[in-house]
Amino acid sequence: MIKFNKYRSSKSLPPVSTASLPDIVFILLFFFMTVTVMKNQNLLVENTLPTATETEKLDKKDRVIEIYVGKPTNDSNANLGDEPRIQMDNKFITVDEVGDYALQALSSMPEHLKSVATVSIKADVGVKMGIIEDLKTELRMVNLLKINYTTYEGVAVDNL
Amino acid sequence: MKNHRNSQEVNAGSMADIAFLLLIFFLVTTTIENDSGLNRSMPPNIKDNSVDIKERNLFEISINDADLIMAEGDIIDPKNLREKVITFIDNGGLPLEAEGYCNYCKGNRFSDSSENPDKAIISIKAQRNSGYSVYVAVQNEVLAAYNDLRDRESLRLFNIPYKTIYSDYYNEEISEEEKGQLKERLEIIRALYPQKILEPETVNN
Repeated sequence: MIKFNKYRSSKSLPPVSTASLPDIVFILLFFFMTVTVMKNQNLLVENTLPTATETEKLDKKDRVIEIYVGKPTNDSNANLGDEPRIQMDNKFITVDEVGDYALQALSSMPEHLKSVATVSIKADVGVKMGIIEDLKTELRMVNLLKINYTTYEGVAVDNL
Repeated sequence: MKNHRNSQEVNAGSMADIAFLLLIFFLVTTTIENDSGLNRSMPPNIKDNSVDIKERNLFEISINDADLIMAEGDIIDPKNLREKVITFIDNGGLPLEAEGYCNYCKGNRFSDSSENPDKAIISIKAQRNSGYSVYVAVQNEVLAAYNDLRDRESLRLFNIPYKTIYSDYYNEEISEEEKGQLKERLEIIRALYPQKILEPETVNN
């Protein structure tokens, strides 16, 4: 035993081969390439979504109308204050305009997708229910009844 | 140093650097788009839509300005909400001989709670100043309660959880035949525990 150990330790260790490092990095690279989607909207509002457990996957992008709600981010618009705002199509809109913009988005969809269109409400955790209720009323007015409260995966009670 | 060289290999060391550069490029230019959430459908915009509901069949959840949750007249811990909703829906309070008796319910069969799952209605009411996150949490717990019950029935009838049936149904790789069967099963379970969530107009204050 002792002899064996002696024999082993007397030899210097061979250097660790880094030949597989590129492979590992490529795997990571492919992972990121496949799971990520290019951003098509520039977020103008804070958008930390709440968490929920009973989530369902949202439909494909082509039948989803996105509405962001949250406080304006400070860097680009310092004079907008703290009141939550609604963002659609890369700009701020008022509650009254939501219906118009939603219909506009709906009309640009192919005919067969119009009946399955879903509105995804991406609201920040800090938003109050008032603006969400107004938003929902507006959407009901234009008969867009399928909505999705978009959330992160996680225990819902953590929100509180 | 030179004596150590005994093989002629192409130096692949820079490959890692190139890959790293690409990796970092993708890391910074892309965001992981999250595209899941709670699906709900709203009622159509009809003015006259009042219905008569027996008080025993209504489970009222309200959220106040201070983000406290009240269910059935008591302030409750959100952690207990799911359990309360399950007890309410699964009560099956109608007597054995009555029409609409719930023979699959495993509840307490109290006479002051819901008659059967088909009649049981959950009402979620929020104030204008309630937090959105609390509202989402309440919605989530109510949906979780329904999903728990549907899971239970699905396991009893078909030996697979409701979630599995549901995700299989939306899986594009399955055949039409299987899809038809899954749809049938989904409908059976949904009929046993239909989701009835009511959202009265928010009260202005």
